[in-house]
Amino acid sequence: MKTIRIGSGAGYSGDRIEPAVELVEKGDIAYLCFECLAERTIAIGQQAKLVNPAAGYDALLEARMRAVLPQAKARGIKIITNMGAANPQAGAAKIAEVARDLGITGLKIAAVAGDDVLAALLARDVTITETGAPISTMKGAVVSANAYLGVAPIVEALAAGADVVITGRVADPALFLAPLIHEFGWALDDWDRLGKGTAVGHLLECAGQVTGGYFADPGVKDVADLARLGFPIADVAEDGSFVITKVAGSGGRVTPATCSEQILYEIHDPTTYLTPDVIADFSAITLVEDGFDRVRVAAATGRPRPDTLKVSVGYKDGFIGEGQMSYAGTGAVERGRLALRIVEERLKLTGVKTTELRFDLIGVDSIHGPVITERAAAPHEVRIRVTGRTDTLAEAVRIGNEVETLYTNGPAGGGGAWKVARPVVAMLSALLPRDAVVASVELIEV
Amino acid sequence: MKLRDIAHSRTGDKGDISNISVVAYDPKTYEALRTWITADRVKQHFSGIVHGAVVRYEIPSLSALNFVMQEALGGGVTRSLALDAHGKCLASALLDMEIPDGVVAR
Repeated sequence: MKTIRIGSGAGYSGDRIEPAVELVEKGDIAYLCFECLAERTIAIGQQAKLVNPAAGYDALLEARMRAVLPQAKARGIKIITNMGAANPQAGAAKIAEVARDLGITGLKIAAVAGDDVLAALLARDVTITETGAPISTMKGAVVSANAYLGVAPIVEALAAGADVVITGRVADPALFLAPLIHEFGWALDDWDRLGKGTAVGHLLECAGQVTGGYFADPGVKDVADLARLGFPIADVAEDGSFVITKVAGSGGRVTPATCSEQILYEIHDPTTYLTPDVIADFSAITLVEDGFDRVRVAAATGRPRPDTLKVSVGYKDGFIGEGQMSYAGTGAVERGRLALRIVEERLKLTGVKTTELRFDLIGVDSIHGPVITERAAAPHEVRIRVTGRTDTLAEAVRIGNEVETLYTNGPAGGGGAWKVARPVVAMLSALLPRDAVVASVELIEV
Repeated sequence: MKLRDIAHSRTGDKGDISNISVVAYDPKTYEALRTWITADRVKQHFSGIVHGAVVRYEIPSLSALNFVMQEALGGGVTRSLALDAHGKCLASALLDMEIPDGVVAR
């Protein structure tokens, strides 16, 4: 039976680059996919594009392409990525520039666009899912709206002979499902196979998180050689069954345990994983060890895709100001708590206008809150952290300033003050009917 | 005994919703996990952190449970004031849950 080997070259935009090079050189793969878009990446890219029309794609696009393109081209490995972020066309132009610079010729690059649906959302005055209010009530705050596209435009690009496909917002698993549809000729309503291909994508999209990354717990779950972690490969058969593995000799491990954590990662109801292409069902999925660092995955399935597409909406959400300071030695916790009380009182006395405030003792209760940490032993050092939400940058700056003044006005022995104030771009979501979203594919050749 | 002695776990985030998987190391302890780690107990364990409903899903083929917790991430990852805005560390808190003697047959 024909099988297709797909490698995952990145699990997020800042991820390591050498594991992708290792996959190209030693992975015997036919496709290399990079999933690099976090929730608000496009919203931030959209703002960059307003300043510079050639900006808005992933900051590491050039570095990644320089690292993998020559060998990928030489070996006929096709690349699929959502590193186009807010500007896939500009991203495609950058890839062409890199290719020319490296002396690569005969490379076809496809840019998938059409995920930017801000105009359609405003024209229809759609309802925001989380708030139940129409988008018009958000006035000028909205900065971006991008629909999660499915496999169709990527499959179209591959059919047109693209060697590299760069997209903006598409459903993460679609980056991996598209080449399977292209290679095996799966029908777009073969829900069972599409569900299985979605499981491939879901397991690969966070790269090292399925090969032993984000898994080690010394003495309980040990993983060797995380500094040289190998990224995953899926060896997929025409019937949709597949094996997860990695390059022999690379760091990390692939076991049913590493795979089971990743199957449920960011999943809610396992019978109903919504994507633009299929509603996948992972509730009966099976994982069987099939040799060293090989796990056979079966029994994912699927049912007809939803009628609507999810849209993520980026909006300006005020400002956050923050300040931190450390205390150490005997009495550190008590001095830290005193410092927090002082800053709280100062923010009131000086009339800093906040809509939300938070006081943490890092090392004591900043992560799990006061209830879970109640019985923990006192640490040698603590760091206070005061954070607040404000309507203006000027107000946000005052929060960190009040922490900093603890140097000469607060408890004894505070050190290492640090402060920051920043604008916040936050995300909400909405739904659009499929026919309101029109994807497009542009091909360039060098 | 703590939950971490018999299970491993990973946290995921979407907006203001956190999900935590709990996977039994040994399929034989899955039934005991299912009996003890109820949605109510998890909600109780995260009092002060999780403000919304907790729903539990079962995946017997993986010997796993999946807890979906609403209003768990300080208003959502992209706007939260929390140091760990994604709630990545919540799985570690759940693994510290005490399992009374007798729940898991030795």
